[in-house]
Amino acid sequence: MTTTARSVRAFAAVLGRDVFVTGRELPSFLAQVLVQPVALLFIFGKVLGQLGYTQPGYAQILLPGMIALNAFLVALQNTSFPLVLDFSYSREIEDRLLAPLPITWVAVEKMLFGALRGLFAALLMFPIGLLMLGSVAWELSGLPFAVLCMVLGSLAGGAVGLTVGAAVPPRRINIMFAVILAPLIFTGASQFPWAQLEDLRWFQVVCAFNPLTYVSEGMRGALLPGIPHMPPWVCVLALVLACLIFGALGIGFFLRRALD
Amino acid sequence: MTAAVDVADLVKRYPKSRHNAVDGLSFRVRRGEIFGLLGPNGAGKTTTVGILTTRIVPTSGKALIGGVDVGRDPVAAKTKVAVVPQRVNLDRSLNARQNLLFHATYHGIGRRERHSLADELLDRMGLADKARARVDDLSGGQSQRLMIARALIHHPEVLFLDEPSTGLDPQARLFLHDRIGDLRSAGITVVLTTHDMDEAQKLSDRVGIVDHGRMLTVDTPNELIRSLPGSGTVDATVHPNGTAAEKITGMLSEIPGVQRVEDLGPPAGTEATERIRLRLYVDGEAGPLLGPVAARLQERAVAVTDLALGSASLEDVFIELTGRDLR
Repeated sequence: MTTTARSVRAFAAVLGRDVFVTGRELPSFLAQVLVQPVALLFIFGKVLGQLGYTQPGYAQILLPGMIALNAFLVALQNTSFPLVLDFSYSREIEDRLLAPLPITWVAVEKMLFGALRGLFAALLMFPIGLLMLGSVAWELSGLPFAVLCMVLGSLAGGAVGLTVGAAVPPRRINIMFAVILAPLIFTGASQFPWAQLEDLRWFQVVCAFNPLTYVSEGMRGALLPGIPHMPPWVCVLALVLACLIFGALGIGFFLRRALD
Repeated sequence: MTAAVDVADLVKRYPKSRHNAVDGLSFRVRRGEIFGLLGPNGAGKTTTVGILTTRIVPTSGKALIGGVDVGRDPVAAKTKVAVVPQRVNLDRSLNARQNLLFHATYHGIGRRERHSLADELLDRMGLADKARARVDDLSGGQSQRLMIARALIHHPEVLFLDEPSTGLDPQARLFLHDRIGDLRSAGITVVLTTHDMDEAQKLSDRVGIVDHGRMLTVDTPNELIRSLPGSGTVDATVHPNGTAAEKITGMLSEIPGVQRVEDLGPPAGTEATERIRLRLYVDGEAGPLLGPVAARLQERAVAVTDLALGSASLEDVFIELTGRDLR
């Protein structure tokens, strides 16, 4: 058997292991990915709206953003957290590193699997959002592009997660949430349309560095074309670039951790 | 026939380090052999095993497993090696049997074969009733046996065992030694790194002693012990009767056939003025020297309270080669 065929088979087996484990831990996985976005959607979309503190229609802007947030952030978290633990105390990853496939492929598998979890979490937000908000006024012809953004967003989240997970030393994991995740959540244009930030230029510039902004803008622009948004091609280009840059960076860090 | 492990002029220098962790190491392990790799902490054993198992990239030199260059073709090398590390690295999300099954799947072993192999190995390792146990619920010895089962399920040519009996109770240790013995009959090459000299002496066909990243010697345990200058010993406990210890060791060293004399200090609970223990390393047979030793001590009015024959062990060889200094 050739080395490539053997590696492909091992890659599929390693991915199969992760899918199997997720299946067994489904309830805790669902809790992990749904509680936060559902709570955000409920408070900002439902409660504040009913109390009259947000304009009617804000919930409509929020929903595509929450789907984007889930795709990007769940992918990021599900790649980075297990990796930090794997490389420190559990050492479980050693079994995968000694499987007959190149170590680069193990890194790609981690990224891809995180992205799959992100995509799954994002898809779950569709029915939940519909149920919570009652009705949505989406432009259905924009759905394929929205899905494209969601896929790219999950992959970008996995790539950033690989970079963070392989770069953060285990004793720093507790500050990871404060200094990495929280800023990403609030600078990703998932709660506001980026294109309308003209009067807050510095913040607009800050948001442009967050890959999540392009997922949110891409999805919102496709589903709610009436809301000011970034040109679709900018979103796709930025997300592809984010995947490539963070993917390469993450693989580099991963190799540095896995090989001496 | 190609050697199971072939290491030549291997060098590893870690970034930011001033010394080579492995410094021109060379040795060969024959197929089906149990090879003990011994050395003090920091001698370069772990780095060497890391290179052979593709986890550490060598700076220069050659490292082959079953003829495959581990640096050039790590994927092929990984099908030929298996590692049982000192620290448990089992997959905590899976139960004992699943750990074996998924590992076999990574290595492309067919469904039917991996299921029967998993059951057979669990049985052989005394874990049949633990098949569905969570990894966290296994004892130290059970985890280790499961790691050995996992290592064997993909039919490796070379198995690396790192400090296999650390922290095991005597029963588990004996069981483990028997299983390692079984591997020899199964034709699997084993490279054992250990600090336990008795274990190395008992299990290994040959041992290599490494220090400062270099191989100091490679031979069978018996041959190494025989080659030790003064491989036979005479242990004496004496009452000095006022004679200084240095004087006693000095006069005993003059006896023909005695290589050197080591002062082991007073026995526990006694003063050096009361009693001291001495070890005499001798050239040939130790037995015939008992008489002359007793006679010489008698001449100087040093009372002998105990005189016994001892034999050198692998530990003596190890200390002789690597010194007594703490690392």
